[in-house]
Amino acid sequence: MLAYLIRRLFAAAVMLAVIIMVVFCIFFLVPKWAGVDVATSFVGKQADPAAVEAVRQKLGLGDPIYQQVWAFFKGIFAGRTYAGGGDVTHCAAPCFGYSFRSEQAVWPVLTDRFPVTLGLALGAAVLWLVFGVAAGVLSALKRGSLWDRGAMVVALAGVSLPIYFTGLLSLAVFAFGLKWIDAQYVPLDESFTGWFGGMILPWITLAFLYAAMYARITRANMLEILGEDYIRTARAKGLGEPVVIGKHAMRSTMTPILTMLGMDLGALIGGAILTETTFSLPGLGQAVLNGIKNQDLPIILGVTLITSLAVLIANLVVDVLYAVIDPRVRLS
Amino acid sequence: MTTQRTSGRRKQALAAAVAVAALLTTAACGGGDDTKDGGSKNGAAGFDAANNKVAQASLVKKGGTLRFGGAQDADSWDTTRGYYGFMWDFARYYSRQLVTNKTEPGKAGAEITPDLATGVAKVTDGGKTYTYTLRDGVTWEDGQAITSKDVKYGIERVWAQDVLSGGPVYLKDVLDPKGEYKGPYKDTSKDKLGLKSIDTPDDKTIVFHIPKANSDFEEMLALVSASPVRQDKDTKSKYGLHPFSSGPYKFDSYSPGKDLTLVRNPSWKASSDPIRKAYPDKITVKFFSNANDLDQRLINNDLDLDINQTGMSPQGRTTALKQHKANLDNPVSGYVRYAAFPQSVAPFDNVECRKAVIYGADHVSLQTARGGPVAGGDIGTNMLPPSVAGAEGQQYDPYGISGENKTGNAAKAKEALKACGKPNGFSTTIAVRNNKPVEVATAQSLQASLKKIGITAQIDQYDGSQTTGIIGSPANVKKKGYGIIIMGWGPDFPSVQGFGLPLWDSKYILDSGNSNYSLIKDKAIDGLFDDYVTTLDAAGKTKISSEINHKVMEGAYYLPFTFEKFINWRGNNLANVYTTDGYSGTYDFVNLGLKSAK
Amino acid sequence: MTELSKSGAVVGEPVAASPSPTAFLEVRDLKVHFPTDDGLVKSVDGLSFKLEKGKTLGIVGESGSGKSVTSLGIMGLHTAGQYGKRKAQISGEIWLDGTELLSADPDHVRKLRGREMAMIFQDPLSALHPYFTIGHQIVEAYRIHHKVDKKTAKRRAVEMLDRVGIPQPDKRVDNYPHEFSGGMRQRAMIAMSLVNNPELLIADEPTTALDVTVQAQILDLIRDLQKEFGSAVIVITHDLGVVAELADDILVMYGGRCIERGPAEKVFYEPRHPYTWGLLGSMPRLDRDQQERLIPVKGSPPSLINIPSGCAFNPRCTYADLPKDNVTRTVRPELTEVGSQHWAACHMTQEQRERIWTEEIAPKL
Repeated sequence: MLAYLIRRLFAAAVMLAVIIMVVFCIFFLVPKWAGVDVATSFVGKQADPAAVEAVRQKLGLGDPIYQQVWAFFKGIFAGRTYAGGGDVTHCAAPCFGYSFRSEQAVWPVLTDRFPVTLGLALGAAVLWLVFGVAAGVLSALKRGSLWDRGAMVVALAGVSLPIYFTGLLSLAVFAFGLKWIDAQYVPLDESFTGWFGGMILPWITLAFLYAAMYARITRANMLEILGEDYIRTARAKGLGEPVVIGKHAMRSTMTPILTMLGMDLGALIGGAILTETTFSLPGLGQAVLNGIKNQDLPIILGVTLITSLAVLIANLVVDVLYAVIDPRVRLS
Repeated sequence: MTTQRTSGRRKQALAAAVAVAALLTTAACGGGDDTKDGGSKNGAAGFDAANNKVAQASLVKKGGTLRFGGAQDADSWDTTRGYYGFMWDFARYYSRQLVTNKTEPGKAGAEITPDLATGVAKVTDGGKTYTYTLRDGVTWEDGQAITSKDVKYGIERVWAQDVLSGGPVYLKDVLDPKGEYKGPYKDTSKDKLGLKSIDTPDDKTIVFHIPKANSDFEEMLALVSASPVRQDKDTKSKYGLHPFSSGPYKFDSYSPGKDLTLVRNPSWKASSDPIRKAYPDKITVKFFSNANDLDQRLINNDLDLDINQTGMSPQGRTTALKQHKANLDNPVSGYVRYAAFPQSVAPFDNVECRKAVIYGADHVSLQTARGGPVAGGDIGTNMLPPSVAGAEGQQYDPYGISGENKTGNAAKAKEALKACGKPNGFSTTIAVRNNKPVEVATAQSLQASLKKIGITAQIDQYDGSQTTGIIGSPANVKKKGYGIIIMGWGPDFPSVQGFGLPLWDSKYILDSGNSNYSLIKDKAIDGLFDDYVTTLDAAGKTKISSEINHKVMEGAYYLPFTFEKFINWRGNNLANVYTTDGYSGTYDFVNLGLKSAK
Repeated sequence: MTELSKSGAVVGEPVAASPSPTAFLEVRDLKVHFPTDDGLVKSVDGLSFKLEKGKTLGIVGESGSGKSVTSLGIMGLHTAGQYGKRKAQISGEIWLDGTELLSADPDHVRKLRGREMAMIFQDPLSALHPYFTIGHQIVEAYRIHHKVDKKTAKRRAVEMLDRVGIPQPDKRVDNYPHEFSGGMRQRAMIAMSLVNNPELLIADEPTTALDVTVQAQILDLIRDLQKEFGSAVIVITHDLGVVAELADDILVMYGGRCIERGPAEKVFYEPRHPYTWGLLGSMPRLDRDQQERLIPVKGSPPSLINIPSGCAFNPRCTYADLPKDNVTRTVRPELTEVGSQHWAACHMTQEQRERIWTEEIAPKL
């Protein structure tokens, strides 16, 4: 188990390095190929070429790509100093780059915004897990019933309606129409009720989408599991239906669901861009959107890395968890 | 690369938007009561009540929190680095200049009035020497007096473009056209005040020596980039995170892209400042990623006004026009929206082919694409925006754009095509930013009307965030064959120089970051600009402005779309509200007040 | 023809059944029908038999003959947890130790499951839950019927594993099913079935999924345990070899009905139904040489939606034309007594069958 873990960790580290390199190439080489000069987007309308060149130097854009990658890697562990034009900026370790657009290191931006996204993802996950799985199990047990059909139609709607539709709709109805809640983000350390009030609509909106997916998958899983021989065995032992469903069938049904949850959470922690944009939540998704709007490459790079990291970690956790849940995986 | 198709997802988004708009409209019912009276104590002042006039000045109370909201943070709050119009407007809360725009509505707002200085410049030496004396009692937020050296240092920062990029560089070009000074950070002199063209004989006096007279020099000193900066408080590239205040408010907290809070600067004395009223106690700005959310919060009275001042988004505008018309103003923005014809791309090297496009275009359809007469603006007939001195508006219409042929003049267009040697038309490419739906719609409208006269145009939607690198590079424009470029431009300061110099003067054709998209190399125009900067009397300046405009139009380098107007939200609690030409028709932030201090 | 009309009564098959039967297990006219979109699937269509304690009944037939459906019917597993599916239609009577199961309270039947009657399934890998240890699954089976603590139950589980011949049972009890070999799994499955000393044990193809050598061990085990516990055992198989070793009585099913039943030696040495002949012919026997050995029953099992009229076996029967008037295709044969406690359902005369068996079939086997 330990060797397995170490092997997986090592693979994850290699993967991360590869991701950094690929992301770098995308951000620094592609514009070059497209004939776009990144430095010009940092200067004003009538900046002279010297200013453009100076900015290019300060950002290290003129360096060969391997030097840029190396400087970036080194910055993560040792910090980094940007100097140019008599201005010195130190970016303390872990330095995930420095945004010259907003004049701040990327890492504090990420750590500042991370809790918002984490709160959004976790809160929504609790909702969609509870409601999605419950609806899916009920649908499976009452297959073909009015409930089942109704739930699956709602689920189909949930899966196919885009977040910006359901999000704007919920804002229009509950926040601005009925005025039940003030859907404004308030940091958790300021006020719990304010935070909760601001998060409830994003949670529900996001959870609706995922609950729909989870309901459909839970239903399908459950139906498959119910046909398994070992479920029949459980009944043949004289176990009551609550135990047969709640213990024997659920245990198997939840295994793929947990895998999915891990992956979804990983991806969401990387930034629920649409949800955060719709509800103006200051999370990672909004940061990356601002980054794109402002041509703030370091921010985009930072968030991309965090996203990759989150997905990698989620993958790792899912794999380990899988080994815990499914004894058959442990040996191999 | 080719003609745009409406994808399934876009249709979905459209359907969603329509549905939401419908909902918003119904949800907002019952809020319409305040439209009826023309300006109650608690209600809105009425449609266009603050457009070029002051609304509810008498209802203003001192105190309270003025709440801004915005979809876009400033490019930088550093006075040297900011270039967004709203940043210049807002920066007056925490920065003062020698001279500034008058805090008056409409045209008067574009005039210059002394701020830190005791009076406007004493101009001598044939317009080459400007002398100012600083007022008594002007202080920094720590109570220290603002000196002429602080002003000089602040201006010198413009030279440090490698560190402080982004802002306007007029002062640098005018004070040091040869680029001899290297900026304060590379300044070897002890006091870092090595710029030779500015003298500070004592703490109260500052003298500018410009090598060549420029009649707009004082306009340039009114830009926020001429604000004083104290050397010991200069945090260089990080100054924008917390500028040291010389105005009535100072930075309390700022989180880029999230929020900004200003509080009163206790060291500021009203007696030292004839301009700023400083009504509210606190000013907050909250940034939203969803423009519809922002509009809803304005309508909901959670916010008082939009800091970006670029007009409401289509959904919010529709709701507001129906339910809350009395909360709206419909000012002219100072922007001209247009298509430029790069002469490097054939057949736009031929003036007749350029004329063919101007004649062939359906100007009403273009106006509709821009949002119609209210939200989009009047049909543009020439290139000088109405807020600039010398502008003639629709009265100057050399191509009959707004006349009886406003839906396109096919006969004239064919004639021009024949004269161009392309009687059967030609093919070209329209370049348009992909992040501006309105501009994409404009391009599509142009594409449709050109088809009628035999000109086949492809639309190339390029990455809007890379504008300077893509259409700002003449080489790239030529390579891509961009015969038509859709753009817009607003004045940096309301003069023909502040608007048109980078667009029309051949000296401003740059390899990168070019704005003279048409590549105009007209000696007559260059000469007129030279004349303009040396002409000091207002009447003469106005005349030259008109002449430049005429020359540009005669060359058929541009197809103007609209003299832009926008719909601006004015919160119920706002008092002393007016739009000013000094900031392109937006509200003058610095003297906004609240009716009740809540 | 008088024989035929008489047969119904003589067979001892259901005629105004007495409410309290004497046998330990008695199935009377059991019908299990499944409604589907294509029509009614008559998986079991009128089956009756008796079984006493300490005795073993072998139910033999091809797949789809209704043997597994019968066993699940006895266990009451057709009605438990058939979520959303169309319910099986079950009629007839199943008497177990004086209780009629089909009309009994489902919860009562549930309590009987595992304690009074237990089942061994065909494929122990899929029949055991992959995520729980063997011990956990046995403990669970025990504790549902006995109010004991986990420790006691676990001791019992170890004891049972030991009893079914699993080495180091105190260690193996904590293993997962996938850590057991096929034979071991089946032993564990048997241990789980017997943990509550059931009076009726149904083994559904208990050795099909196992190696030949392991098969014999498992069969020995079942026989030994039966002797020890004195249970009634039903062994369901398609393999006559299995029942030859275990069964006291044999019941041959075809198309959802019983077509021959009787004491094992009778059915083996004097079979009186052409289908049984076919089964015997296709039975692998070590004392025969390869070429001769396997004579499969030609054709395929009947559709349970459209069971052939007359004798269900007639399309596959070599002798279908022997009885006159095409009776094999129009009249369904009833079970008639062909010997002591030996019954068969065939239109051919006793003499015809005796002759064909002794002259044509037996020599080839």
